[in-house]
Amino acid sequence: MPDEIQTQAHDKFPPTRWSVLEAARSNDPTQRERALETLFAAYWKPVYKYVRLRWNQQAEDAQDLTQGFFVELLERNLLLRYDPAKSRLRSYLRLCVDSFVINETKAAHRQKRGGNIPHLALDFDAAEGELRDAAIDVASIPSHASLEEFFEKEWIRSLFTLAVEDLRQLCEARGRPATFQIFEQYDLDSDENISYDQLAAKYALPVTDVTNALSWARREFRKIALDRLREICGSYEEFQREVLAVFGKQAP
Amino acid sequence: MKFLSDKALARLRDTANLPDLAGTRYSLLQPVARGGMGVVYAAQDQTLSRRVALKVLDAPERSGELARRLVREAQVLASLEHPGIVPVHDVGTLQDGRVFYTMKFVEGQRLDKHIQTVHSVPDRLRLFLRMCDAVAFAHARGVLHRDLKPANIMIGPFGEVLVLDWGLAKILQQPSEAFGANDSAAANFYAPATPAMKGDTTEHSAVTGQGAILGTPGYMSPEQARGDNDQLDERSDIYSLGALLRFLLTEAPPGSPPAAAPLEKSLAAVCAKALAATPEGRYAKATELAADVSRYLDGQPVTARKETPLDRAARFYRRHNVAILLIAAYLLVRVILLFLPR
Repeated sequence: MPDEIQTQAHDKFPPTRWSVLEAARSNDPTQRERALETLFAAYWKPVYKYVRLRWNQQAEDAQDLTQGFFVELLERNLLLRYDPAKSRLRSYLRLCVDSFVINETKAAHRQKRGGNIPHLALDFDAAEGELRDAAIDVASIPSHASLEEFFEKEWIRSLFTLAVEDLRQLCEARGRPATFQIFEQYDLDSDENISYDQLAAKYALPVTDVTNALSWARREFRKIALDRLREICGSYEEFQREVLAVFGKQAP
Repeated sequence: MKFLSDKALARLRDTANLPDLAGTRYSLLQPVARGGMGVVYAAQDQTLSRRVALKVLDAPERSGELARRLVREAQVLASLEHPGIVPVHDVGTLQDGRVFYTMKFVEGQRLDKHIQTVHSVPDRLRLFLRMCDAVAFAHARGVLHRDLKPANIMIGPFGEVLVLDWGLAKILQQPSEAFGANDSAAANFYAPATPAMKGDTTEHSAVTGQGAILGTPGYMSPEQARGDNDQLDERSDIYSLGALLRFLLTEAPPGSPPAAAPLEKSLAAVCAKALAATPEGRYAKATELAADVSRYLDGQPVTARKETPLDRAARFYRRHNVAILLIAAYLLVRVILLFLPR
């Protein structure tokens, strides 16, 4: 392997970004807490929406089950039982959610949970609003395979939302707020159909600067998304498979 | 945090995956194919004003293994200057760390699509001979393809036959023979830290070492399917060529019943010899396989089958059928004239 490439490849993966599994198995409580927070941030919305649709739960019950699931994940050390050789982490978590909901429903001892979960603001109203906006009819997701696809899509949405937020913070830290605004308007607010020329006029920039800003923002977005993705994968092989799932399906 | 609509999600997935060609001489046009390692895009070489195909990895990776495979694939291609093998133009690393290489942009049809328009057996055999020609050239340069299949054969608009996707290629010879020091800028650009040795492959040894299975079921030889990668030689590709020949003649993928009529005995024997279960039972070289197919096309006996007198007569008839029919017609007329009342 040429040294040049190897060095560059390593640079893309700062060693401080541990996988959640490594962090969850760490003796360092700070690392363990960080692992759960990372997982929680990436998964709570997909889990909530999945519980709402797959298990046809009312909003309030789905909120309890979502919080309860993450408490269970923490209390029963479910992450430690995960074997990357057997499945993807997201498939494992989805099956854990299914088992959890079945058990909770059977035992009918569902309680208000949330005492030990990481301190993250859970905007269930926003999640509920997203479900409403998407106008998802439970009947329109008839098969198990469709639910898997739905969970995958929501998982990607959650990953990208976090990556976009990271990018916004990066742009602020680098003093490039306009770059983020251009990226936001061109790539995220896609209903606007705004052109490079219009953006250039709006921000009083040459068109080439708009092109460069978009190019930089997309590159950084991709880098951040890959970094976050690697963090929530159980193994390097899983990461490679998930890269294809997240980015690869668009190409022929 | 901002909610990402489905449309925004799709757009992000599209745009974030596109290779960032800033700092290179290329501009992106559109994706054209997906391979095991990454995506092939059509791109415009702005310096030379020509269209090229740009192959790029899906993601920068920690181990650098895929990057090494891609660079080795480019090096293999650069070492194989042959009309049947796509020439490589350039190799490099994008700003996001992904390795890419560019090659000639080939417009054409994949073999499995193209044969729908080629109905005569001799025409199909002539296509096959050109595949053998490219593979034989690679073998002479010490390179095994290891993934010969219809999807990896392209037929150009002028009938040119191109063998594509050398991503699983295995190098049999020393690099000094397979990759001359002055062969290509690509070979020098990423000069391997450890010289490639006999048995080196386009993948890391951990991937292609003993036991790892790479290739396409039905088209890969039994020894390749077993993962005996150290044992592979030219005869493994001969097996794949045999599977390609059978596909050309029957239009049936390996393992499925043929759509066409049963094969003519000599052609069936050629296929059977190329597809022998053991390497010892196969043709030793692609040139030998091609020679047998050429013999068949010329109406000569093939080495893969011992002829009976009846076969010889049938072959003689096929080869000289026009003359034989003319003579027979002449004799028939003479006989009729003999018995006609004067």
